[in-house]
Amino acid sequence: MAWRPALAAMATVWRKEVRESLRDRRTLVSALLFGPLFGPLILAASLQFLVQRTAEEADQRLSLAIRHAERAPQLVAWLEARNVDVRRVTLDEAATRQAVLTRAWPLVLSIPEDFAARLEGARPAPLLLYSDASASRTDRDGARVRSLIAQYGASIARLRLLARGVDPLLQAPIAVQDIDVSTPQSRSVTVLGMLSYLVLLAMILGGLYLAIDATAGERERHSLEPLLATPVPREALIYGKIAASATFMLLSLVLTMVACAVALRFVALENFGMSARLDAGVVARIILATAPLAPAAAGLMTVVASFTRSYREAQTWLGVVMLVPTLPIVFVGLADLQPSLGLMAVPSLGQHFLITALLRGDAITPLYALVSVASSLALGGAFAWLAGRLYRRESLLG
Amino acid sequence: MIAAEGLVKSFDGVQAVRGVALHAADGAITGLLGPNGAGKSTTLRMLCTVLVPDSGEAWIDGAHTVREPLEARRRLGVLTHDSGLYPHLTARENILYFAELHGMARAARERRADELVEWLEMQSFASRRARGFSQGQRIKTALARALVHGPRNVLLDEPTNGLDVMAVRNLRALLARLRDAGHCVLFSSHVMQEVSALCDVVVVLARGAVVARGTPAELRGATGCESLEDAFVKLIGTDEGLG
Repeated sequence: MAWRPALAAMATVWRKEVRESLRDRRTLVSALLFGPLFGPLILAASLQFLVQRTAEEADQRLSLAIRHAERAPQLVAWLEARNVDVRRVTLDEAATRQAVLTRAWPLVLSIPEDFAARLEGARPAPLLLYSDASASRTDRDGARVRSLIAQYGASIARLRLLARGVDPLLQAPIAVQDIDVSTPQSRSVTVLGMLSYLVLLAMILGGLYLAIDATAGERERHSLEPLLATPVPREALIYGKIAASATFMLLSLVLTMVACAVALRFVALENFGMSARLDAGVVARIILATAPLAPAAAGLMTVVASFTRSYREAQTWLGVVMLVPTLPIVFVGLADLQPSLGLMAVPSLGQHFLITALLRGDAITPLYALVSVASSLALGGAFAWLAGRLYRRESLLG
Repeated sequence: MIAAEGLVKSFDGVQAVRGVALHAADGAITGLLGPNGAGKSTTLRMLCTVLVPDSGEAWIDGAHTVREPLEARRRLGVLTHDSGLYPHLTARENILYFAELHGMARAARERRADELVEWLEMQSFASRRARGFSQGQRIKTALARALVHGPRNVLLDEPTNGLDVMAVRNLRALLARLRDAGHCVLFSSHVMQEVSALCDVVVVLARGAVVARGTPAELRGATGCESLEDAFVKLIGTDEGLG
């Protein structure tokens, strides 16, 4: 292949594909609207929901219904002193179960008749706590009640040991202390973990229709044969198309990141001790870290679209294939893997780790960044080469 | 000038073209006539280098279609049976895109597009987007695109398929003008009237092979038939697939 004319032809194809796509409403909407708008909106909305729910829960007093409160006045007073909203109720066994199931009283503590007597006799005094373990909310409240009652029991135990001249500390050979070292940023990252997922999807969606249009669409419109009869090497044609698709992916990436930064401003993360470090510098770095994946994604889409016979078939296939680059992210999330040189070399995974590190404000190992960029670009080259091979097949014309 | 010798092409073990030889001279319209499935399109696709023959050779003005395909393509303008325009580009942009792919300089492209728009009388729709063009407008745009680099040889694959009467008449007149300007015009058709009205030389294809060649008058004489249509039926041995 003579380089200069081939490059010129590539540029010609690129210009034409970009121009045509800018005039095509479907391509434009998917590239510049769906990804960049809906992705960040979904992110911001779900964050807002989380923030609100957590804030509400922190404020809420724990409410607990108690049957026969008169049998353990000290316990009830102790609970009330610890901000538990105690309601004295008179219910029989069946009514209690019903009340818990219907959430009329999500938690009911029942004090048996012999509670005081057994306590006095230093025998284990039973308490019955009714809860519905299948409801996550009451499960958490139930845990709080159990822990409060356990504290109450522990304080009685200490007094009994002291009364018998035993040091209560003998009972506590080990003391575990939780030290939470998470910064506000790192705490928000678990929530922002889906950002890298959304950004990759939005980016790929941006170039999807162009990839289909330039291959399956071109064949369906019968403009492929005249194109192949021009004195341009077929590789130059397909490289130009891949470059155009990658361009739209980059465009979508930039718009998505900007939209994310704007959308997250409206989420009150700060009230919650979180900060999303999404200032201009971080946005720019995330774009730089993600951009090397665009040629690979565009190449993959083009290769798959080249196999298909029609626009519709290509759409069906690519709808599934566009999820492929996000699979490693899901896998890593489930397996809770940490970045390593090997994992950084996996395209899309490397980007995920880089994005996460940038959001956390962690330092990035230059070697890791380099490996991620190099492997992504290499994969892009491989897909482009493969697309070139596919375009040399005669069956291309169908 | 287009020449081919012993072209053979199979798809999945089925021979579509078996040993086609032909010669299309400059300043003449050569018709490739045959029923559907006779191998006309496959032959033309080999001539325009989109397909590589299993055996046999072809030359476009002496440029070998397999050994120097880019050279051959430069000397060739191709009009496929479906015009295949880009709907979001204007007629003029469609033309300019191909001029650019042919490596023409900007000034030359613009000048040539102006020439073609005038020559094909496209002024009224040249700057409109191709979506929604009439058949006549589409065929003119596609022809302008095929001629943009000034090729001496023009290949047309069933160019009149699906065209209305006016568009067909228009196209005929254009092909005659190309011949008079000294071009080598080779086109395929399964429509008898078209071929007899237009062609200087006819090559009759049936089942992938050439069964006869000559001027329309020669074909009539050789078969002893009054009309070219009868001659054609006699030559291909069946009246299947005639338009």
